[in-house]
Amino acid sequence: MNDRIARLRKLSFETRPSISAERARLETEFYEQHYGKHSIPVVRALCFRHLCEHKTIYIGDDELIVGERGPAPKVVPTFPELTCHSVEDLNILNDRPMTGYQVPEEDIAVYRDKVIPYWRGRSMRERIFSEVPEEWRAAYEAGLFTEFMEQRAPGHTALDGAIYEQGMLDYKNQIKDRITRLDYLDDPQASDRYEQLKAMDIACDAAIIFAERHAALAESMAGKAVDPARKEELEEIARICRKVPAHRPDTFHEALQMYWFVHLGTITELNGWDAMTPGHIDQHLQPFYEKEVAAQSLDREGAKELLACLWIKVNNHTAPPKVGVTAKESGTYNDFTQINLGGLKGDGSDGSNDISYLALEVSDELHLLQPQPSVHISRVTPDRFLKAAGRVIRKGYGYPSVFNSDAVVMEQIRVGKSIEDARQGGTSGCIETGAFGKEAYILTGYLNVPKILEITLNNGHDPLSGKKVGLETGKAEQFASFAELYEAFEKQLDYIVGLKIRVNNYIERMYAKYSPAPFLSVVISDCIEKGRDYYDGGPRYNTNYIQCCGIGTVTDSLSAINTHVFEDRRVAMASLLDILKTNFSKDEKLRQILWNKTPFFGNDDERADTIMRRLYDSLFSAIDGRANTKGTVYHLNMLSTTCHVYFGKMLGATPNGRFAHLPMSDGTSPSQGCDRNGPTAVIKSLSKMDQIKSGGTLLNQRFLPSVLQSEQDLDKLCSLVRTYFSLGGHHVQFNVVDTKTLKLAQEQPDDYRNLLVRVAGYSDYFVDLDKEHQEEIISRTEQELV
Amino acid sequence: MNSKLPTFFDIKRYALHDGPNIRTTVFFKGCPLRCFWCHNPEGLDPSLEVVTVQERCIGCRECVGGCPEQALSWKGDAISRDESLCSLCLNCVEICPSLAHEAVGYQASIERIIGEIKKDLPFYDQSGGGVTFSGGEPLAQADYLIELLKRCGELEIHRSVDTSGYAETDRLLEVAAHTDLFLFDLKLMDSALHEKYTGVGNEQILQNLKVLSKSKATIRIRFPLVGTINDSVENVEAMGRFLSELGTIDDVDLLTYHDLAGAKYRKLQRPDLTDRAYTVTPDIVARTRQLLEQHGLTVHLER
Repeated sequence: MNDRIARLRKLSFETRPSISAERARLETEFYEQHYGKHSIPVVRALCFRHLCEHKTIYIGDDELIVGERGPAPKVVPTFPELTCHSVEDLNILNDRPMTGYQVPEEDIAVYRDKVIPYWRGRSMRERIFSEVPEEWRAAYEAGLFTEFMEQRAPGHTALDGAIYEQGMLDYKNQIKDRITRLDYLDDPQASDRYEQLKAMDIACDAAIIFAERHAALAESMAGKAVDPARKEELEEIARICRKVPAHRPDTFHEALQMYWFVHLGTITELNGWDAMTPGHIDQHLQPFYEKEVAAQSLDREGAKELLACLWIKVNNHTAPPKVGVTAKESGTYNDFTQINLGGLKGDGSDGSNDISYLALEVSDELHLLQPQPSVHISRVTPDRFLKAAGRVIRKGYGYPSVFNSDAVVMEQIRVGKSIEDARQGGTSGCIETGAFGKEAYILTGYLNVPKILEITLNNGHDPLSGKKVGLETGKAEQFASFAELYEAFEKQLDYIVGLKIRVNNYIERMYAKYSPAPFLSVVISDCIEKGRDYYDGGPRYNTNYIQCCGIGTVTDSLSAINTHVFEDRRVAMASLLDILKTNFSKDEKLRQILWNKTPFFGNDDERADTIMRRLYDSLFSAIDGRANTKGTVYHLNMLSTTCHVYFGKMLGATPNGRFAHLPMSDGTSPSQGCDRNGPTAVIKSLSKMDQIKSGGTLLNQRFLPSVLQSEQDLDKLCSLVRTYFSLGGHHVQFNVVDTKTLKLAQEQPDDYRNLLVRVAGYSDYFVDLDKEHQEEIISRTEQELV
Repeated sequence: MNSKLPTFFDIKRYALHDGPNIRTTVFFKGCPLRCFWCHNPEGLDPSLEVVTVQERCIGCRECVGGCPEQALSWKGDAISRDESLCSLCLNCVEICPSLAHEAVGYQASIERIIGEIKKDLPFYDQSGGGVTFSGGEPLAQADYLIELLKRCGELEIHRSVDTSGYAETDRLLEVAAHTDLFLFDLKLMDSALHEKYTGVGNEQILQNLKVLSKSKATIRIRFPLVGTINDSVENVEAMGRFLSELGTIDDVDLLTYHDLAGAKYRKLQRPDLTDRAYTVTPDIVARTRQLLEQHGLTVHLER
């Protein structure tokens, strides 16, 4: 990396995240004056414009790509309309040892004096919690599921190539055209559509205003610049900001700035989950690159420098601070912008190109927390691309993660998307499949599947609190067979999923009615044509996901009960339950039997894998096809992000010999340390899950660095990946780090600030993880050199 | 023990260093050699063994009552096994909740072993890997080895045999008819030294290598480089000469000594033969490599 990039990187890496109340203040002022004067979509759009007109703008030294969501890099705004932090929350964020945020005194004062008095009782979070039924609250508090939308807006989306072909003025023309075609005679929703389209039109103006302000600032800085080279750069920045996003970009630099303004717009308007993702950025940028290289107006190094500038911009954008349960299950600075590289083009040909390799190089050299690249491997992807990714993987940053394009396409075809849209889709967030630029695929929250087994074994009660949180499906001691137990488990599962969906559907309407996202709606296909918001079924495709956690832990627990209670009858159900209640303190012998003498998932052992398949089918039947409020349906997703740690805390001892409160298995990985037959056995077990019926699965594998030293080792890793994908696997990611290094990093965190490790669907700095997450990563099985 | 079943001590999937690409390695138990530097001591004895890993014992003493021969007793703070009474029935291994009793080796039908090998077929197909029979000395159980090789051949699985070469020539040629690649160990060229450090002279081994090299067999030499024992210029030169004279062998894998097997010796309660003096310096490795290359051989460094 050159000096400019090194300086920008250093600033981005070393700046500690802090919170600014500026956005909250501007928004509060706006709402105080304007709320009630317009329709809700128009209020939201005008508020967005107010923010674009008045927020502090920033152009840093050395920068080529410009724009920050906060007043400066790593300064994070808040969204009181969704979650209004209390003074106490802000103090906790300021003081907590892990993933803390500095909060200046004056910002706390703004909150105390202006923001809190206005938003108290008005925030989405408070309104949602005041409406949820008692049964839901009991299950939620027991840790049976989480709820994503209680403090961040639905998001999880990525863009397609549309913004490189049309500017905001083009979008405004489309909106205008759509308004003229509104049919007030026969369409009862015409006036709603009009309000929505008007809001989108205002949102386009807001984005243009935001860019123009940067142009003006760059011009004034250029006027004062002493260094002629910097003066020229600032003039070029000003020229570009006058052009995009109003118009379509023509150069590589313009294309990157275009994306960045759209990215900033969506994350300023609201704080949707997983920020925003450029989708197949390599495919979008390649035409600009080719054109400029041919015209000799850009070379490889120049393109690389600009890409690095965008990467650093993404890294500047720390995730907004969470509170409550969400802070527990997602304690990270990462805001999950995932860069998809390779994959397929719409016509089914190989999507990898020069930019794919360049982007890998940039990720390798910068090795920052964000953005996190993933490589998408299909049958037509050349081996050299997979190997190039392998060379970055073995550096041990935990990325790029590796996806199977062919599976990602099949998953989408199964649910009725067109083949072209499916191929141009990919994965965002951690591993979630979606049609980029055309779909709202909303994660609604995690489901604690091991906890559902726990309440089944306790007749619908949570043994940790004694409270009734589920159905009374009978005393486990009286189940005469495994089949009876399983039937009760399925009843509980249906009940809990039903509770979750009931509230999700309520929240979904809350967002559609009270917190639409007109700017996001502009850039996602079909919202303009339908005249509907992103949150209200506007996109071409609309999906809700429920993410199931702990399939390894439940499989192993059911396998243990089946083996020792029903088959060998070595232990009676009553004594098993008794021992679980005491967290094995009275009977280490039984725990050893459960832990050592049970067929476990992840070992290519049919006895366990059959149970996993059955469970997966039950999860699928409980979730897939249930109606959301947009006329479409829920699908299954199989990731845990970091929720397996929080869910583990909320779970007593389990029949697989796991102690109470320890993490459960992550994603679709086997239980930590229970895959004892090497990576091929893990892959065989995982491939018995019909992954195409999900919206994504997640497999973590930890390798010792010594296993990946030589070129032949790399070939073998590639073969491993290709085999998994030929067997239908969706995703795999690798941590290449030895236990010794991790332990040293625990002892001397300051020496290891750079150590990135794969957590679950994303990488994080090891020293930023809390103790439980650190231990969990250490406990994952290390695939050794044989 | 059942004399009608072959004896193994391990099957390793995703074996990366026992031949080309992704492989499953089947380790036969029992070896006629006693190399000073052996890193698989569990493969030496042809009979089954049972060891007790005291650190894992939780003191539940289930095994004491469960042993039909009364070979196990509780000696205050640890389990003690009377080897003279133990009939290797493996009841204790079955009973122990904490895996403290461990069988070293097991017997399994050809069918079961083939079942294990077949589990990773998709990985062999994708990577061009296959199965490797190692040990111990696989040729010490030649009948079973040949049966397994034939069955793998029917399944079109690539077959490697990792051998010390110490076997009857006829049997070796019979094995060769069903083997795609030999990993042939070569240790010391001086027979007296060979006998001193491995327990047997090398005449049979060298003769076998000559015969094999004239057959259609594909051979890769495995040279375990052990400091002070076989790293002399004299030995390496002699090896280079011998191999180049054979004329059909191109590749030598240089396996540098490591002392990681100490724990295995301790677990087996065998005298620990590992010795730091056996470790070779990078200079010696480079010298050895160069000497062999001067004889037209291609040297591959294995860890």
